[in-house]
Parts: sequence; structure tokens; C-alpha cells
Amino acid sequence: MAGIEKDALTGTDTTGHEWDGLKELNTPLPKWWLYVFFATIAFAAVWVVLYPAIPLPGAFGTTGWTARGAIAGVVAEERAKQEPMLARLRAATPAQIAADPDLRAYALAGGRGVFSINCAGCHGAGGQGAAGGFPSLADDDWIWGGSLAAIQTTIQHGIRNAEDEDARVSMMPRFLADGVLTAVQVNDVAEHVLALGSRATDAAAAGRGAALYAENCVACHGDAGQGNRELGAPRLTDQVWLYGGDKASIVRSVSYARAGVMPPWGSRLDPAMVNRLTVYVHALGGGE
Amino acid sequence: MSKVEVKGKVTPAAPEASSLYAEHRKVYPKAVGGTVRRAKWLILCLCLGLYYLVPWLRWDRGPGAPDQAVLVDMQNARLYFFFIEIWPQEVYYLTGLLILGAIGLFMATSLFGRVWCGFTCPQTVWTDLFMLVERWIQGDRNARMKLDQAPMSAGKFLKKAATHAVWLLIAAATGGAWIMYFQDAPTVVRELLNGEASLTTYGFFGLFAGTTYVFAGWAREQLCIYMCPWPRFQAAMLDENSLVVTYREWRGEPRGKAKAPGMGDCVDCNACVNVCPTGVDIREGIQMACIGCGLCIDACDDIMGRLERPKGLIGFETWNNLDVSTKAAAPLPPGPERQQAGMAARRVPRFIRARTLVYLGVLAAVGGVMLGSYVLRTTLSLAVIRERAPLFVRLSDGAVRNAYNLKLANKLREEGDFALVLDGPAGLRVVVQDAPQDSQGRPVVHSRGDGITQWRALVTAPASLHLNESVPVTFRLLDAEGHVVTSTSSVFLGPKP
Repeated sequence: MAGIEKDALTGTDTTGHEWDGLKELNTPLPKWWLYVFFATIAFAAVWVVLYPAIPLPGAFGTTGWTARGAIAGVVAEERAKQEPMLARLRAATPAQIAADPDLRAYALAGGRGVFSINCAGCHGAGGQGAAGGFPSLADDDWIWGGSLAAIQTTIQHGIRNAEDEDARVSMMPRFLADGVLTAVQVNDVAEHVLALGSRATDAAAAGRGAALYAENCVACHGDAGQGNRELGAPRLTDQVWLYGGDKASIVRSVSYARAGVMPPWGSRLDPAMVNRLTVYVHALGGGE
Repeated sequence: MSKVEVKGKVTPAAPEASSLYAEHRKVYPKAVGGTVRRAKWLILCLCLGLYYLVPWLRWDRGPGAPDQAVLVDMQNARLYFFFIEIWPQEVYYLTGLLILGAIGLFMATSLFGRVWCGFTCPQTVWTDLFMLVERWIQGDRNARMKLDQAPMSAGKFLKKAATHAVWLLIAAATGGAWIMYFQDAPTVVRELLNGEASLTTYGFFGLFAGTTYVFAGWAREQLCIYMCPWPRFQAAMLDENSLVVTYREWRGEPRGKAKAPGMGDCVDCNACVNVCPTGVDIREGIQMACIGCGLCIDACDDIMGRLERPKGLIGFETWNNLDVSTKAAAPLPPGPERQQAGMAARRVPRFIRARTLVYLGVLAAVGGVMLGSYVLRTTLSLAVIRERAPLFVRLSDGAVRNAYNLKLANKLREEGDFALVLDGPAGLRVVVQDAPQDSQGRPVVHSRGDGITQWRALVTAPASLHLNESVPVTFRLLDAEGHVVTSTSSVFLGPKP
């Protein structure tokens, strides 16, 4: 440490610190500034006692404050604010909600979130569905009906589940697996189903299949393949195919049957949420 | 032992160790009268008058809209300034104002030195006001120094308490006025006084009242010297043509008693130091602690007047002029001839120079862009947000459908109905959910006043229409006369052909 000198140019003392010939001038810090530093240290000490500041499990401050608790408080506060609207949503039928612009806007605004959490896993973020039996909710093709009431019933009770007695149920026979039809006959039926949509590749087989179709399939899918929503039997003439519309997929469907399952949401969600989802799904673009 | 010459003073080269921490030295500025002081009072009244009174100005914007002329409505995300109403997405106007403010400050500094600091900075204005109160209650410089040194007594306590009480009142008014810019003034004052205002309101009230009291009552010049960044870099704006508060050394030195022979005009009376609000000696030249308020000019002019010597020993002067005056005066002995020769050599300062022209150019460019963007500002805009999940929906008859969220932002207070038409390949059908149709079958979307209205449009390409994977489309809004009000482009997506 070099000695303290007075700098010739500025008339200021040096601090005595010197680095490679560079000497530091002493421009003193005001004392109050120093005291402000001390005050911040004191503030920090108080803070450490009051709030969680030590990164050890269970090291909470004496106030018991936690970030999670603070968020929970805010969430509870917001929930309380929504309660009047939720009560109206709970009490109304989907049709009443759809007819009330305010209530409908509220249902739709929150619908996306509820849908994302509960439905998007199978039906996709925008209700576009997924391959392998998860139907699109945004198109105009409905297996069990696309009216507000039908959608609500589907959401409330689900499809082919063991939990809800009122779940929508239907059972397509496994025509090949259960020995009802032979492999050749299944092929003929598949050709007939393709013919319903004017897509047959083998007219003779389709002709043979017509009789088999009339015998085995008409009861549910209708004589022209128009389907039956009461039974969840899809239309066979359109271009929307839940399990694929190519011949191989149809052969597989006829041989081993298809039976998608959807859980009942009435036992999982608040009625207000079921109503909200009903209105939201109906508004995705395919509502009837 | 060698001796070094520092600014005319002789200093020994080996001093005793000095502390790293400076004791607080209280400044007791003396009252002063004069031209600069009068200008400062005028500016003080103007600035404080504007600050305290502007929230009370009313401006009729029709029903449902706030009638306060200047209001930053955080809750409803609107900024009102007389006839101007700004939305949050137009925050670039604020950016523009900040740029104008900064460049304006640079320009003023390069022309006239630290006029901002000395005349209009809130720290200066409120400190001036607080000093006025202090002087009224406790007396001028000498009386205040005496009072501070005297032991505590009932009289001293009373004077001090009265001073702080008035300071706190002013501080409360300052904090009160601040929150009025963010909420309806009469309402927030009533709420504040009745204890009904929100915690945030009280918080900001307390923050601004507290900082006013601490900064103008206690911190004062400490804020300028140790906390404010501006003095540290304002030297970058100054050059030899800037007018700065300057001691005319060529005329004043050597300083000495008025009647002593061979002395300059400075009688070393310390009047300039005594009136200085930051406690500096202007005779040591331009320095960081000098805020350029010019009160030393008034003090010195007063003394010169009494001595029947020409005024202007301290004045607003450029370094160029200081140079030429010094050269002209150098051969002459102290006296009236030297003073006249020095003053006669001065030239009119060059206000137009590269630096100021650049500042002016930036000011004009930013101002022009702001004005242009305000004049050309659209009051109705349509944002089209294509839904991406799913990219498109295949319908049962083979048609392809896209969904779009339409957001109509209407900055006027009048609502309106607009027909929506789609420009794109013929055959595309557009339906807006929940919207009625006009006689030509076009969807009619309603737009609420002063807000955003959302609609969802479904555009369908029939199976017979074979389109590319991506087709550009344009949504247009038509008014009742069929004129296009606004249009926005998007794309229509489908499967690979």
C-alpha cells in the first residue's frame, strides 16, 4: 500500500491504493449513503426471519407466507368472484345458456380451458379428434347426435363405461371373430359398404355383400347406410370415418367390431362445467 | 518538499489521511433577489400550478367516458389527453414522448447548459418551495444557522415542528395530485379522505408524499450530487458554445478587498457561495455539483450594483467568449478598461451548429413520425387470427372448412355494423357464428364502441372446389354505403391436392 498523497491536478487526496502506477482518488462517499447500506442489511435480516429465505426444506419464515399460498389465495379470490355466474351456469340448461348472450359468452370464454384440461387429451386441443377412434368434435358428423341436449348427455354419462348406468351403450358384433360371417363374406360386406359411398372396387363382391348387409347390418346402420344415432351407429355413406374408410379398415371393423369408450364427466365435473363444455363443444363448428 | 500549484492556490504535497466517508455538511442558502430569481419563481409557479391543477381540468367525451382532461386509466387501459385517446398497443406514442423529452433535454443543455437542472427539475422546484417555507418560519441563512446551533428550546421546537408540518402538507398535496392523474380527481380525493381508497392508491400517495418530503426537505443537493445520473454525463452535451453559468475570472482576479489597489472586481464577499443551493463556489469553474440555477448571478449583480461596478461578473457565458475576453483583458491591469476590453471582445454565441442541428433534426423526425402516425391512425381495425388446431376440418360431404377469429378494434365511441366479405377463390362460403345476414346474404358483424368485439368466422370450400394447400384470402369490412372500411389478409388451408 502506497502512501496517501494529494493529486496535483485535482487537489484531491488519493486513497493509497495503487495498481500498476494508477492511483485511486479519494472522493468520499457521504456517510448517509453508508447508513443506507446498513439499513438495507438490517432490512434483509428482518426479511430472513419473516419470509422463507433459507433454501432448506421446512425453513419457512415466522409469517408462514409461501408463494404457493399466495397464489392459492388469489385463485380462491377469483373463484369467489366467478361464483354468481357459475351458479347461473349450473342452474340453466344448455339451451337456456345458448339463448342468453352474456351467459353464453361467459361459458365459451371459460370453455376452452375446461376443454383443454379434460377433453383435449383424446379429442385434441381444437376438438379435431385423433386417429384410432377419437372423433372430431369440430366437423358436422355426429355419432350420438350434435344437438345441445345430445352433447350434454354424452358428456354427462359417457359412452360404454361401467361407471355410469346411463352411459350410452351399443355393441357391434364381431362378425368374423364370433363366426357369424366367413372371411369371404366379410370382404363382400366391406365391398358393399364401399359401394354405399360409390367407392366399390369389385362390383360382383359388392352385389353379394348387399344381401349379407341387409341381413346383418341394416338394423343399426340403415338400409342405405345412413346410420342411427340412437344406437351410436355411424353413417357409412359420408367421408368421415372414425376408424378409417379404406377397405382394410372396414374389413377390420366388420371382423372384430369397434367399441370406443368415453368416461362419464357428470361424476367428475361440476354441473356448471358440464354445461360450459356442452356449449363450447356445440360452438366448435359442428353444433346442430 | 515540493509544492504544486492548483488553481491559484498553493497546497502542500503530503497531506494527512482523509476519511473515505464524508460528513454531511448542511447547506444554508441565503435569500436572494434579482432577474434570475424572478424567472425561477415564475417557472416554479407555472410548473407547480400545472402539476397540481391539471387533474382538475374537465373534458367532455360523452356519456360513459371519463370527463377528466388528462387521465391515465390503468384499469380500463386507456390514456386520455384532451382530445387524444390512446390504447395500450399505441404505447409507442409514449416512447416518442420520452425520446422527444431526452433529445429536448440534450438540445437545451447544449444551448444553455443545465437549465433543466436549475429551473425546471422537480427536485429543484420542490426544494425551492421547501426552502421558501423554511425561510418564512425560521428566517434567512444566519438565523437558520443560529437556530440549528442553539440548544433545543420551546421556540426552536415550535419553529422546526411548524416547518416540517408545512413540508408534510405540501408533500401530501404532491402525492395526492400524483394519484389524481390515474383516477378521477374528485372521486379519488373523496375516497382518500374518507379512507375508502384502495391500498394501491394509498401506496402511491405515500410513495410520492414520502419522496417529496425526504428529497426536498432532507436530501436536497445530496440527490443532485450523489444520486442523479444526469450531472455525470451532461458534460457530453456541453461544448465551447454552450451558455453556462460562469465566473468571469479575467475580470474578477486577483480578488481582494474593494478598496485595495490592483485588485480585480471580485471582492471575495462569498455572496455567490452563500446563495448557492448546492453550496459550491462558482469561481472554481464548471463543476458537477453546479446545477446551473444562476442564483449566484443575482447575488453577485447585487454586490456589484452596491459597489457601483458593472454587473455581470458572473453570468451565462460561453467558453469561447471566456477565451477571447481573457485574451483581450490579459495585457491590461485590473480596472474599468480591462472590463470594457474583455466585454467588447465577446461575440454572439453560435446557437446553430452541427450538434444543435442534429438534435433539432432528431426532434423534427420523431415529432413528424408521431404526428403522422396520429393523423393516419385508423380508428377501426380488423385482426384475423386463423385457428391452428385443427388446421382445417374435413366435413362429411368432403368439404374443407377453416375457422378464423375476428377481432374488431374500434377506437371510436360510436358502435357500428359492417358487412363482411371474403376476397379469395370463387366458391368459398363464409359464415360468421351468431351474426345476422344482410339482404345479400353477407354476414353482418357488430362492433361495440371503444372496445374490441370478437367474432368467429367459418369459411368452407365445397368438395367440388379443388384448391391448393394454402390459398391467400382477404377479409374486408364494408360500411352501409358499401365502402371498404378495413381489410386484413389471411390464408385458407386444405389438404394436399
